[in-house]
Amino acid sequence: MQNNRQINKSGELQHLLTIEGLPVSMLHHILDTAESFVGVTEREVKKVPLLRGKAIFNLFFEPSTRTRTTFEIAAKRLSADVINLNISASSQSKGETLLDTVNNLSAMHADMFIVRHAQSGAAHLIARHVAPEIHVINAGDGRHAHPTQALLDMYTIRHFKRDFHELRVAIIGDVMHSRVARSQIHALTTLGVPEVRVIAPKTLLPKGVEHLGVHAYHDMSKGLKDVDVLLMLRLQNERMQGALLPSAQEYFKYYGLTPEKLALARPDAIVMHPGPMNRGIEIDSSVADGPQSVILPQVTFGIAVRMAVMSILAGS
Amino acid sequence: MKIHIKNGRLIDPANNQDRHADLFIAAGKVVSIGEEPLGFHANQEIDAQGLVVCPGFVDLAARLREPGYEYRATLESEMGAAIAGGITSLACPPDTDPPLDEPGLVEMLKYRAKSLNQAHVFPVGALTLGLSGETLTEMAELRDAGCVAFSHAERPLDNALVLMRVMQYAATFDLSVWLRAQDASLSRIGVAHEGEVATRLGLPGIPACAETIALSRILQLAKETGARIHVCRISSSESVEMIREAKKQGLAVTCDISANHIHLSEMDIGFFDSNCHLIPPLRSLRDRDALRRGLKEGVIDAVCSDHTPVDDDAKLLPFAEAEPGATGLELLLPLVLKWAEEDKVPLIDALSRITRHPARILDAGCGHLARGHAADLCIFDPQGYWKVEPKSLKSQGKNTPFIGFEMKGRVICTLVGGHVVYRANHS
Repeated sequence: MQNNRQINKSGELQHLLTIEGLPVSMLHHILDTAESFVGVTEREVKKVPLLRGKAIFNLFFEPSTRTRTTFEIAAKRLSADVINLNISASSQSKGETLLDTVNNLSAMHADMFIVRHAQSGAAHLIARHVAPEIHVINAGDGRHAHPTQALLDMYTIRHFKRDFHELRVAIIGDVMHSRVARSQIHALTTLGVPEVRVIAPKTLLPKGVEHLGVHAYHDMSKGLKDVDVLLMLRLQNERMQGALLPSAQEYFKYYGLTPEKLALARPDAIVMHPGPMNRGIEIDSSVADGPQSVILPQVTFGIAVRMAVMSILAGS
Repeated sequence: MKIHIKNGRLIDPANNQDRHADLFIAAGKVVSIGEEPLGFHANQEIDAQGLVVCPGFVDLAARLREPGYEYRATLESEMGAAIAGGITSLACPPDTDPPLDEPGLVEMLKYRAKSLNQAHVFPVGALTLGLSGETLTEMAELRDAGCVAFSHAERPLDNALVLMRVMQYAATFDLSVWLRAQDASLSRIGVAHEGEVATRLGLPGIPACAETIALSRILQLAKETGARIHVCRISSSESVEMIREAKKQGLAVTCDISANHIHLSEMDIGFFDSNCHLIPPLRSLRDRDALRRGLKEGVIDAVCSDHTPVDDDAKLLPFAEAEPGATGLELLLPLVLKWAEEDKVPLIDALSRITRHPARILDAGCGHLARGHAADLCIFDPQGYWKVEPKSLKSQGKNTPFIGFEMKGRVICTLVGGHVVYRANHS
């Protein structure tokens, strides 16, 4: 059996591959560190020299704009050298294997890999085969995990709600195909949120999702009742084609977040979304741009959280 | 060549024997058990003190990768692995490249195997041309060329009409039809059991009903056509109950499981161990326990190795992209012994699952020891430990979930047709 290798023998973070199995103290340590970096991002000179001389490779086997950019900004604010590789367009199409690509880049003296890949487990595979001084950050692997997204979501919740122990949180949408949802669930349950709900039609919930420690709802009016935090998920257009959903219209009618449905939650509930949003499919524009939306602060905090993760890894 | 195997514990499930007795072999055959024949002068004596002497094992599913996939393994390397695992008869599925769908290919494979002079190879012929699920193969001709049964390997046979026709045609010649129960549409994108672990890891799932829906169709058609059916490698608890019920109703159906599935469950995938990417998928602990019970109660007739050598590169990929399968020939005996020890199954009963019962399914006169019959046998040390490592495996495939494990049950010597074909190095 292969273990989760992200914590080294001294109990330090060696890689960030998934939230699963991380101790609560580690999560708080990351969030606290991020808090100290928020100040940096607001300064006139937005740079600290913590990662000076380090080579960080953004290894994106799947297209991404937002995540890649925020990692790049975060690395640059830590004074690291960032190399962006868009692999889907180069070596993979020439038949090079994932590990060959990684080995070649390791030979160029990489210090850290930030990996996005369409297959669940890709980041674990890489972490298992890199030299011990190289760190791997999972920036999204298939349907499995997107730990930095979940951490920035937790940062945002903590910023607006302070305490995790009295919250009711609902994750709404395509949980089945979502790496974000899986990481959010692990983060919320680890941080002690007493009630985590998932709301979706049965075709978009994976089997046995309750085993992850959540309550499954299929009806927004029940699932949103008295909720403090709403975590919306992106619904990809291709999901409309198979036999998962009949149409965008029907999905929006029953599961799209409108002001009426939001009114079922607590009056001070906050609305979050990992982006990019499909307005009019999973979320109504008036909610996305409304007073309860914290979607833009999420993006800002994302940079500080990624700085925190990189600096903690580099220090281990 | 005359061989005297002395001081061993002779276990032959087919003849319900478990006693200390010497074995005398001449001209490739067993000439006596117990009593030394008059005027017998052995050329070779094998001291089996503290060892078990039993019929060579019969494996119902071993991919030898010939023809077509020689870069993964060759007949030579895998036959070497078989005899090192005490296996003297093995059936190989037709999903070679090209598939075993015409007599010439079958004859060639039989000839190649025979010239190596090691284990007996029993080809399983393709049910349809090119395993494409459309046109029947010349089954009677293939039988004459040496096919012992007919199957569709792992390829889907979706069309119920074609499935019924192949059963009818096979029943015409009393040929045995071996099928894997897996609905294609429910399993197409899946790579792991649809359950807790796949949900946690974000892996596309294969629900247990993909097996039971297909199995129910197979059993219904078996009833309809009267064909002899062997269901290969079941994986779920529901399937065990369906087979139990079918047998109770008197249907001519048998089934097997892979040795991996006796011991492993979805939990063993851990964090994406691609060695646990198997077909059928490792299912829940509840399923695994039901398989063990079914095996003990005889609902499941046989254990096969499901030997699938995969080269390292094909496993060093993200879980879903890694090629499914595990090397198994050399692990068949230790994994069956491990089950026997854990579930307190008498040794003779455990060994029957890899000798007597698969031999009955194969119907090729192997899997037992009796005077006048071929001396295909295995001598093993039931207490001997060995470590599963790339260098300890003869197979070209080093891929197994058990890599690094200490295994109990070490093959000391294998005889085929009265010749010693394998002897363990002294250690």
